[in-house]
Amino acid sequence: MRLFSILAAFLFSAAAFAAEPDELLDDPALEARAEKIDAHLRCVVCQSQSIAESNAPLAKDLRILVRERIAMGESDEEVMDYIVERYGDYVLLKPPVQGNTLFLWGFPAAALLLGAAGAFFFLRGSKKPAAASAPLSEDDEDAVNRILDERG
Amino acid sequence: MRRIVFIFPILVFVVVGAFFAYGLTRDPSNIPSQLIDRPLPEFDLPAIQGLQDGLSTEDIKGEVALVNVFASWCVSCHIEHPVLMELTKANAVPIYGLNWKDAPGDGKAWLDRYGNPYKAVGDDQKGRVAIDLGVTGAPETFVVDRQGRVRFKVVGPITEQYWTDTLQPLIEELRRS
Repeated sequence: MRLFSILAAFLFSAAAFAAEPDELLDDPALEARAEKIDAHLRCVVCQSQSIAESNAPLAKDLRILVRERIAMGESDEEVMDYIVERYGDYVLLKPPVQGNTLFLWGFPAAALLLGAAGAFFFLRGSKKPAAASAPLSEDDEDAVNRILDERG
Repeated sequence: MRRIVFIFPILVFVVVGAFFAYGLTRDPSNIPSQLIDRPLPEFDLPAIQGLQDGLSTEDIKGEVALVNVFASWCVSCHIEHPVLMELTKANAVPIYGLNWKDAPGDGKAWLDRYGNPYKAVGDDQKGRVAIDLGVTGAPETFVVDRQGRVRFKVVGPITEQYWTDTLQPLIEELRRS
């Protein structure tokens, strides 16, 4: 039983990353939606965290705002759009695929293709037997033989 | 062909390296504002505790002005405040204040202590107007033109240098147009 409670403490402590108790919506279904939205929005103060993870005051304001909009009956997209309209695509932790992000999304695939092509040609090249070297001239042959003879 | 295999990774490294070097010169806290060339969002804020008048969008229209987001808890505001005082003293440009998420009384205490450079101050205790403005931190300053459109946003404190190099020329240009 004790083991179970310790285990439970670890397993369910993940919820501590989410909204603070005073922010939670009463309806668990709506709260779950709010938490999903939080996880996708960047905290603009501490930029490597989502607003779900951040304890910056601005992140708290945004969490409350997300819950207010959801309680008003807005869809997830509408809530996201509301915040993107104010802070730009920058607040989305997953940038949308569009003209100015093509490089971002396309580069890894392009790099993989280039690397694969490079590896293909490199490996194919290395299988070819080394080109036979030109036969030695008579002078060279004599020189080699002389040296070998000297060494006995 | 063989040579390309060896040169190519170096080329890739140079391109990627140049990209990152450029990235290092940019300030990540400077998020481009969504409001540029759009009208200042509508708001009507009450006065901060201890002052008479609040601040609404209507007050700001009519001439080129600055809207400055400040707070008593904001450290860089200490750097900026004397510059704002100088600007007001020199009658350089009207400055409106948005007191962001300050406890009641703190905003007034700040202004009593360091002086009040603002034509009017609005109390944004809940931070809602700041979100409408896309504020990411304090201080932040919006340059608003005669028609009430946001034309520029300064992230961080306005220094004397920044004023003479960037803001003053911009404001003069906006006044001419």
